Amino acid sequence: MPTETTTAPTAPGSRVARRRGPAAAVLIAETRLFLREPGNLFWIFVFPSVLLVILGFIPAFKETQDDLGGRRVIDLYVPISILLAMITAGIQAMPPVLTAYRERGILRRMSATPVRPSALLGAQILLHGAACLASALLVTAVGRIAYGVALPEQLPGYLLALLLAVAAVLTLGSMICALSRTTKAATAIGTGAYLVMMFSAGVWLPVQTMPDALRRIVEITPLGAASQALEQAASGSWPGWIHLLVLALWTAALGTAAARLFRWQ
Amino acid sequence: MAIIEVNGVRKTYAGRAVVDGVSFSVDEGEIFGILGPNGAGKTTTVECVEGLRIPDAGTIRVAGLDPVADHDRVTHLLGAQLQESELQAKLTVREALELYSAFYPTPADWRPLAARLGLDEKLDTRFAKLSGGQKQRLFIALALIGNPKVVVLDELTTGLDPRARRDTWKLIEEIRDGGVTVLLVTHFMEEAQRLCDRIAVIDRGKVVALDTPAGLIRRATGSTVVSFVPSRALTGPDLTRLAALPGVETVTPPDREGALTLHGTDETVTPFVALLAELGVTAQRLRITETSLDEAFLDLTGQDL
Repeated sequence: MPTETTTAPTAPGSRVARRRGPAAAVLIAETRLFLREPGNLFWIFVFPSVLLVILGFIPAFKETQDDLGGRRVIDLYVPISILLAMITAGIQAMPPVLTAYRERGILRRMSATPVRPSALLGAQILLHGAACLASALLVTAVGRIAYGVALPEQLPGYLLALLLAVAAVLTLGSMICALSRTTKAATAIGTGAYLVMMFSAGVWLPVQTMPDALRRIVEITPLGAASQALEQAASGSWPGWIHLLVLALWTAALGTAAARLFRWQ
Repeated sequence: MAIIEVNGVRKTYAGRAVVDGVSFSVDEGEIFGILGPNGAGKTTTVECVEGLRIPDAGTIRVAGLDPVADHDRVTHLLGAQLQESELQAKLTVREALELYSAFYPTPADWRPLAARLGLDEKLDTRFAKLSGGQKQRLFIALALIGNPKVVVLDELTTGLDPRARRDTWKLIEEIRDGGVTVLLVTHFMEEAQRLCDRIAVIDRGKVVALDTPAGLIRRATGSTVVSFVPSRALTGPDLTRLAALPGVETVTPPDREGALTLHGTDETVTPFVALLAELGVTAQRLRITETSLDEAFLDLTGQDL
């Protein structure tokens, strides 16, 4: 960054090399803090893979089924477990962190420095997004190793659907922050939304096995659309544009609304 | 030269003027106090100076800059300790100092700063585990870390024990001696009296007085208190002449120990001594004291802090 080179003459020697840009410093600090929350780390990183392993103990889930196009229920649960990690990160874990930053005046304190408090929110959103992707990688590896679940056949389509789903979940979490005056409210709304999201992602009943009428409704929700897009890409076809569009629209609408409604203090 | 200029600032919340036409200017290198009861509009005023709130009317300049329009440049010149703010609970003192250092192009070296504030033993302690005094000292360090020209300290010593408060006062004097202008919000009389070069007394959103601490005390009616035990009982006419001395507000009759009390001004003392000589009375246990800023404040605002 240009600011760093201009400060070089006033601060000679090794200190210059150690100086970081403000955004990098915020990201490093927030990463450390993120790693100090063992509860969140467990529910985001570990639990989805554990769930997949447990479900694999059910013999029927490992049998190929004709009405699933020759796939097994356990195959469906790989993308579902990934979505579970996303919901946990975006809806359960992130909103209370951000609202607490507002409630405790942490954003306000930062407003009195040359760095905008949006850097703090940006870092948190980025970290939760990265955690989702890391958990996705772990779930995929566990599925492959433990139950021989095939890797996604349409990989670019799968990755696109994955990124859109992460974006949708994180904007949904941001919207919860924008609507919650307090951290308590964020936790309460988050828990309510969590259950709805789990259902629409197909955690209890895979979207692909839902009755037609219910499935059509669920497909309009971000997690329902994500579930369909991921499953289609996993089984080899390009994910339906309609599902990707639903995800993009939710992200755009929620993102705009959250940015407008968010109160900095 | 004025480094902070506040001119006719108003801020209204829900139809109520919290700050109602406040004006003052702070000279470079002084400790300027804003004193007032809770809810008087002190914090709102300084938050406008910090650029955290936008005044409804009036102008503010910090080193010639508008804290809202030139917010970025002002944040480089002005360090703030806010009244109610925290840091991330699990951030350690060291990490907080490093983080905030990274916000400024030419920060102060945080190690000597931490040592001066007595935080060097606590570098690896998380924010949530710090005591109230340690948190306050960390916030002072963060306010100073960008090498500011001005620091705004809002209710810095509230919640500190008397010893920690005195240590903090010493520190504020050191900050000023280092060439930094200090804008200090407080509701402690003793603090204002001890530290401030000048004080603006704010009450119900308005500046009701602006003076040096000594000046504020002089303004108060009956600011000089004279008490003595006369060597003989004073007669009615003697008392009348005492009450007629320049500046005398009240004459309180002798208490159980026979001590008489006069509330007057500086002007009262010399004629008082002359009158006693004329009456042939000696004043035993003579005490001449000034009222405290507390009493001056009560007099100015008509209420307790």
